Amino acid sequence: MTAIRTPATCSSGNYPDRVIDEIRHLLEQVADPEIPVLTIADLGILQDVCRHEGRIQVVITPTYSGCPAMQTIEHDIATVLSENGYEDVEVATRISPPWTTDWLSKAGREKLLQYGIVPPAGSADKQSLRMPVACPRCQSAATEEISRFGSTPCKALYRCNDCLEPFDYFKCI
Amino acid sequence: MTSNCEPRPGQGTDFKSVPDFAEGSRGDTVSGETTRQELFQYVIRLGDNALINGQRLAEWCGRGPFVEEDIAMTNIALDLIGRARMLLTYAGEVEGEGRTEDDLAYFRNEREFRNFQIMELPVGDFAFTTARQFFVDAYDYFYYRALQHSVDPSLAGIAAKTLKECEYHLRHSAEWMLRLGDGTKQSHAKISAAVAELMPFTFELFDADGIDRAMKVHRIGVDLKSVEMLWNEKVDSVLGEATLERPQPEYTRSGGRQGLHSEHIGYLLAEMQSLQRAMPGQDW
Repeated sequence: MTAIRTPATCSSGNYPDRVIDEIRHLLEQVADPEIPVLTIADLGILQDVCRHEGRIQVVITPTYSGCPAMQTIEHDIATVLSENGYEDVEVATRISPPWTTDWLSKAGREKLLQYGIVPPAGSADKQSLRMPVACPRCQSAATEEISRFGSTPCKALYRCNDCLEPFDYFKCI
Repeated sequence: MTSNCEPRPGQGTDFKSVPDFAEGSRGDTVSGETTRQELFQYVIRLGDNALINGQRLAEWCGRGPFVEEDIAMTNIALDLIGRARMLLTYAGEVEGEGRTEDDLAYFRNEREFRNFQIMELPVGDFAFTTARQFFVDAYDYFYYRALQHSVDPSLAGIAAKTLKECEYHLRHSAEWMLRLGDGTKQSHAKISAAVAELMPFTFELFDADGIDRAMKVHRIGVDLKSVEMLWNEKVDSVLGEATLERPQPEYTRSGGRQGLHSEHIGYLLAEMQSLQRAMPGQDW
């Protein structure tokens, strides 16, 4: 596991901005291993790409503390960069501020819904903006939580009381 | 307290500053080295609690009473093990001898583990697991809520991260306390027995020792007295609502943080560590 530490401020190195932009662009395409319709950029996992002590540093943030996908993500980042000729890369984990579903991109939310997973309703930051969870198939608001824990740490299990189909909900945290 | 120990966003604890802050305006006599040792002990206790609790809870994997609960318990176990990884990694950094999270998890013996005894007790039945999780989840929730304000930026960061999960865990176990306590005659009897058996182990959670006091003085650690007050309120209110009596134990059990454990931890470690002990350094 990458050491838990907050990366120091990025300093200028040997890499021109063009390279940083290209790397960022490459990494924005890396898919989440559990929900492959989403990229790590959609999820807010990819925090920064910068120069650090002459190397390229990729900063990511974990979603849930124990999420096993994080190791795969680190590995996928290194693979993509290595395939494109960037070997001198360090992946650093930043845990503060803690990840929140409020960082999910708008495009990410739409992709989730099309995939059949209801995106977080409302805002984790503003509890008062919590919304009802609508069925992704029939749009009914008559749904109920079956279990707050689902097939991955980020999901809860719901059921629609109108069309009676079960569905996944991406928890708002 | 000198400016050296103010939280500095964007940096880990800088140990060069430790002697300064240990000799701060309060006239503390702790040396820098003692403080580093104390901080290591403090962090490893938190890490061990999460690790041993997570390992126990993971024993339910594939054995839950029904599939949703099986998934819930293993999800929570995963959060706990994730928390343990962050804390043990940090403990290794504090110690400064190059030990990794894996070294600390797999290559220490019983007496070197610093978890509370309540964490290592066998899983028991579902009522026992529920009652333990409820007591521990309530503790963790109030503990990490306070710890997120630690002047140690690494601990504050881990606490803020873990707190979001603690909230979920507590809601889950508190709901089960109500369902079992205020359920059938049988569920009521089972959860009452579990609460009575576990209560003597809860005193250790609040039994502050020198390390807790030192960490509190340096504003790295939390005030256990206020955690205890909040915990008591929560436990009393949930037990009351669940129609359960709060037992008054005639004895208490403690010693985990000094490395004094029940016999159960040996069996737990044997299972958890066997692969690394047989083939040291094996990796995925």
